[in-house]
Amino acid sequence: MITLSKVTSITGEEGNFTVTVKKYPRYVDMDACIACGTCAEKCPAKVVDEFNEGLAKRKAIYVPYAQAVPLKYAIDRDNCIYFQKGRCRACEKFCPTKAIRFDDVETDITLQVGSVILTAGFTPFNPAKFDNYQHARFPNVVTSMEFERILSAGGPFAGHVKRLSDGVEPKKIAWLQCVGSRDMNRCDNPYCSSVCCMYAIKESVIAKEHLGKDFQPTIFYMDMRTHGKDFEKYYDRAREEGVRFIRSRVHTITEVDASGTLNLAYVSDTGKRVEEEFDMVVLSVGMEPAQSGIDAANILGIELNPYRFVKTADTSPVSTSRKGIYVAGSLQGCKDIPQSVVEASAAACQASVSLSSARGTLVRDKIFPAELHVAADTPRIGVFVCNCGINIGGIADVPAVAAYAKTLPHVAYVEEDLFACSQDTQEKMVDVIKKEKLNRIVVAACTPRTHEPLFQETIRNAGLNAYLFEMANIRNQCTWVHSQEKDKATAKAKDLVRMAISRASLLEPIPDLSVPVSKTALVIGGGIAGMTAALSLANQGFSATIVEKSGILGGAALDVLHTWKGEDVPSYLNDLIRDVSANSNITVLLNAEVIDASGFVGNFETKVRRNDSIQTILHGATIIATGGKAARVDEYGYGKNPRITRWHDLENNPEMLADANSVVFIQCVGSRDENRPYCSRICCTTSMMQAIAIREKSPDTSVFILYRDIRTFGERELLYKKARELGVVFIQYSLDKKPVVTETPDGLLVDVFDPVLQQPLQIQADLVNLATAIESAPNEDIAGFYKLPLNAEKFFMEAHAKLRPVDFASDGIFVCGLAHYPKPIDESIAQAMAAAGRAATVLSKTAISVSPLVSKVDTGKCIGCGLCAEVCPFGAIILEDADGKGYRAKNISASCKGCGLCAASCPQKAIEMLHFKDEQILAAVCAAGR
Amino acid sequence: MSNSSPIGSVLVVGGGITGMQSALDLAESGYYVYLIEQSPAIGGAMAQLDKTFPTNDCSM
Repeated sequence: MITLSKVTSITGEEGNFTVTVKKYPRYVDMDACIACGTCAEKCPAKVVDEFNEGLAKRKAIYVPYAQAVPLKYAIDRDNCIYFQKGRCRACEKFCPTKAIRFDDVETDITLQVGSVILTAGFTPFNPAKFDNYQHARFPNVVTSMEFERILSAGGPFAGHVKRLSDGVEPKKIAWLQCVGSRDMNRCDNPYCSSVCCMYAIKESVIAKEHLGKDFQPTIFYMDMRTHGKDFEKYYDRAREEGVRFIRSRVHTITEVDASGTLNLAYVSDTGKRVEEEFDMVVLSVGMEPAQSGIDAANILGIELNPYRFVKTADTSPVSTSRKGIYVAGSLQGCKDIPQSVVEASAAACQASVSLSSARGTLVRDKIFPAELHVAADTPRIGVFVCNCGINIGGIADVPAVAAYAKTLPHVAYVEEDLFACSQDTQEKMVDVIKKEKLNRIVVAACTPRTHEPLFQETIRNAGLNAYLFEMANIRNQCTWVHSQEKDKATAKAKDLVRMAISRASLLEPIPDLSVPVSKTALVIGGGIAGMTAALSLANQGFSATIVEKSGILGGAALDVLHTWKGEDVPSYLNDLIRDVSANSNITVLLNAEVIDASGFVGNFETKVRRNDSIQTILHGATIIATGGKAARVDEYGYGKNPRITRWHDLENNPEMLADANSVVFIQCVGSRDENRPYCSRICCTTSMMQAIAIREKSPDTSVFILYRDIRTFGERELLYKKARELGVVFIQYSLDKKPVVTETPDGLLVDVFDPVLQQPLQIQADLVNLATAIESAPNEDIAGFYKLPLNAEKFFMEAHAKLRPVDFASDGIFVCGLAHYPKPIDESIAQAMAAAGRAATVLSKTAISVSPLVSKVDTGKCIGCGLCAEVCPFGAIILEDADGKGYRAKNISASCKGCGLCAASCPQKAIEMLHFKDEQILAAVCAAGR
Repeated sequence: MSNSSPIGSVLVVGGGITGMQSALDLAESGYYVYLIEQSPAIGGAMAQLDKTFPTNDCSM
């Protein structure tokens, strides 16, 4: 990890680039800095805090935020009094570890790399130039990013929402959507930023949580775009919770009084001019590509699109114009976090494909000395009490704590350290452990969350098992909390140390746990997602088997002619099928079905039935790509009249259009209603493309699109703009006033209420095309075999909506394509590459280490009730037939995450958690009460 | 694969959520990764967010 740096040049080609990176000086020695914060406390220079969007001050020596990684201070040269005026050096004077380096200089680093991935992100749109929104003049007009900081517990007001003008809690806040997005008149961003509708709803809901039920949030929007997984339900819930949504663009904001209250003028959807007062306005600013990303793209020599995002194709969504250089995230186009994470894994996969012959050549596993056998020895506990500079030592009496520790049972050695985590203390600790023959170690310092792995590595270097270690948190949970009560802090530190020592005396070594990996993948589904995933693995040298239910490869894409950027899908699909069929690493099983599965990461066993014969496939990873399909509905006369079609029927039967004078598209047919409370994501864009094609080919044909919200997210917005320019007529309808289609002797009649004219309209139509909902495949069986969760609509549920969008909670199984949620081809391809990339993290290893902190069943006590197997969220406990004695629980340690649910639920106390055995926990608890 | 003996390392430019995920995946699958970031700490824009939709999870 190289911080404070940027790319300055690149030469070479795919597989062998030479990149120079300029590293700017931090002026703080990263090895010496222990982030105690004394420097910032003493620094006299107050500076605008960019992390808090300018709403707070920081010092000239700073960490950007409390959880920053690396947690090391840096000097902001432009604002440092010493650098600007030649004297001060307060930080240097007070730094307890002498970490300040005023003589630090810029350096150039040369790196040899096989690939480059560019992920430089976005910048929030700066609304200062919009005089109608008055962000620069009125303190109570803030941007959405500023409001995020206002809401944050770590923000400038510690999460207390208040107006900037007078510090008063707001009772009414208005969010204004599309500021710096979908706008060609006042800025040059014609695209939709894709995320603002959702974040505005989120901010309004969270603000309501902070401000109580009397708080009135209002969102002014053009179209609500809640097109992601579970987003529509979030929108529904916000409405139920009292968030008011008004379809209008506010044209003027004025201040009504000296307190800063704002007056908003807008036109309602019935055409009335309205003025309304609000305490605050949040501008939902859009995304622009980060300037640093544009600069880097120019240096790397890759092409940008007209909106300065990195140019990619739908069929290769993370490849740039230069081979070997990939892009992911919001620099590729506006998107939310899950899609960014998907692309991140996809780009990693593509780099891995290109470099697979060099895999493992530049990485080495760390070798530790052989473990000493100390399990049976009488405990000899070493206690290291840390001062953490003045963080602990300035409040608690550390010498008294250390002296007290010496009096406790089994304690063989005690020392005080200024900084237990510093490099030199670590080295000394290894020597002390060996010399004093210590066999259990307690460090009384900060939090195990950040420091336990470091100390565990240290004791492993001394030949001790990592689990013979215990931490007492006498900083975060003691001296930081009781900074004004020194005596109490000392007493509490003694209590915490006594508890840790009691537990440490009962700790046992726990051996590493690893399982071998079968280097093959099973891909369920032979559509674009399944084929792309299989090919991405095969091209890295792993073998893959595709199980496809039908008799042909291609899936839902067989109906599609073009991607939204206009790329030819049939020829892409032909090439893909040819590549998959020709690849010797891929086995394709057509007319085949998964009928059962068992096993765990690295070692799955799946039974597949094909033509009445059943075969068992062993595989290390599983990719679920079961696809989806357009729903058949009986609404609007579908199926009763050949003039009423759906999805691609018209495109694929162009003769139907030959004598049509009028075509009506109806959107959201079966989506966003009670039965399917989700948006199908791709229908607006698809109808838009078809409408454009009809108007371009025959300008005399009238085309109408009846919609609820147009959801042409990202640069798809340009299609919406083009359709309007070509004269496609858009009429908005609501759920309570759905259009009505009636058959007449010479065609169809569509009745719809026009909210702009406030009048019913009647359209003579030759053809009506329905954008019906995208449904999941019948996934219940597959979900059952692999114990995977489905959401209410039977799409597979990923491990985490934001951060693990292709993983499941169970290791070694991944999801992509329509099986996850409706999505366009470019996103399916990216997610398939991501699934392959994630699967490669498993398949590239010969054995996988898993955490050995797992549950253990005592089969002597087990009565086979099955409660443990039922509550286990990971399928890590199964019931086994015990030869006529009923059933007994059996651990599958490779799948166990050590959550402890099984142990807590067992009525027989037959299950214990390694490292957290009852007696170990009770020892600490009893010591607390002593 | 234009190169017969490619280099087994990758440069990731940008330490936000995307760059971090790319770096982790590559490191986990046997490549040496250089992750470069222009600011003093990784985390990017996501670190500035309070909660995230649609689960209202804390961003940190």
